[in-house]
Amino acid sequence: MIRLFTRDLVLAVRAGGGFGLGLAFFLIVSVLVPFGVGPENELLGRIAPGILWLGALLACLLSLDRIFALDFEDGSLDLLATAPVPMEAVVLMKALAHWVTTGLPLVIAAPVLGVLLQLQGSAYGWLVLSLLIGTPALSVIGTFGAALTVGLKRGGLLMSLLVLPLYVPTLIFGAEAVRRGAAGAENAVPLLLLAGISLGAVALLPFAAAAAIRMNLR
Amino acid sequence: MEMLRADNLAVSRGGMPVLEGLSFTLAAGQVLVLRGPNGSGKTTLLRTLAGLQPPLAGTVRCADDAIAYAAHADGLKVTLTVRENLHFWAGVYGGADIAPALAQFNLESLSERLAGSLSAGQKRRLGLARLMVTGRTIWALDEPTVSLDTASVALFAAAVRAHVASGGAAVIATHIDLGLESDVLDVAPFRANGSTVHNDFDSGSGVEFDGGFL
Repeated sequence: MIRLFTRDLVLAVRAGGGFGLGLAFFLIVSVLVPFGVGPENELLGRIAPGILWLGALLACLLSLDRIFALDFEDGSLDLLATAPVPMEAVVLMKALAHWVTTGLPLVIAAPVLGVLLQLQGSAYGWLVLSLLIGTPALSVIGTFGAALTVGLKRGGLLMSLLVLPLYVPTLIFGAEAVRRGAAGAENAVPLLLLAGISLGAVALLPFAAAAAIRMNLR
Repeated sequence: MEMLRADNLAVSRGGMPVLEGLSFTLAAGQVLVLRGPNGSGKTTLLRTLAGLQPPLAGTVRCADDAIAYAAHADGLKVTLTVRENLHFWAGVYGGADIAPALAQFNLESLSERLAGSLSAGQKRRLGLARLMVTGRTIWALDEPTVSLDTASVALFAAAVRAHVASGGAAVIATHIDLGLESDVLDVAPFRANGSTVHNDFDSGSGVEFDGGFL
């Protein structure tokens, strides 16, 4: 299992692995928004939590279809399915590798990009905290979506359609936690709900994803 | 010693039954060669034996975690080296030593090359070397000799011979004579009613075939 995790990390940083793709996308979105919205610091500061959360979410989505598609194409997934590793564990390791290569860099980059968007000083801590709590849910839900569409030719768009509605609660509570935190209001409730979504997704979705993969390999 | 028994097995591909009424046993030390024209269900049978899909009817009985399956795709990562690829699979299967597998398939001089820079036959040798690090007793092989040259086929045959001599067994779908002492199972007489054999796809072009039905 650890081997699978380290292999995915190595694959991600080698040529064509897609590491940094999500990060670059996040950077581009955050740089472009001020150009589109205009240089009004107050307006930018107000929408910054939402933009940063949305950017992180879309950046996450960008790299989802690689999670299983490459392993399916080269036959690794068949071989993993017959290996003495439960498919649930494979899914969990894949999701963890996705989070480390995509979610974690986004969490680290978000405060830097917050500067570009005039994020209020009081919001930086909450931004990092909410992303840290929320991005695991994005990775696990996305892994489930990737499992549902594995084996479909060019299933990336269908996967996005399946996954985006499932991302809605994470986005709402994540952005809300930052917004309330920035305003100095009570934000424990959205943070706890965000943590609840992440924990629930990590606990339940690997089973659903593993079942979906078994179906798709038939 | 009986290692695997299939009773009245029926298998389907893409919802269509392809084989039915198939019964056979596999004993330790036995090599069973599956024969049949393209599209006759050899790949589907092997996938069913490997547990990748449930049989339509009948049962497959064998010990848990006994079968190592090798498909047409070798499951190699092109950006990992030969050694890294093999090391990964050895780790998944419990950390067997990869040196004998590298030696058996004459991959030692290639061990630091990226799998993506190997020729088709070299990739196949690496894919087959993976079998040796699994430590599994039954090898289920789907056209293992595709793109291998004569010398490599001999290496492969030697590996299978050593495997069965040490108490293992193998089920091999192949069209060529491997020069092994083997029993032949012709799957053609077990073709399910109503299924047809198409000549426009190979029984093994699994990815495309699955894609067509989705």
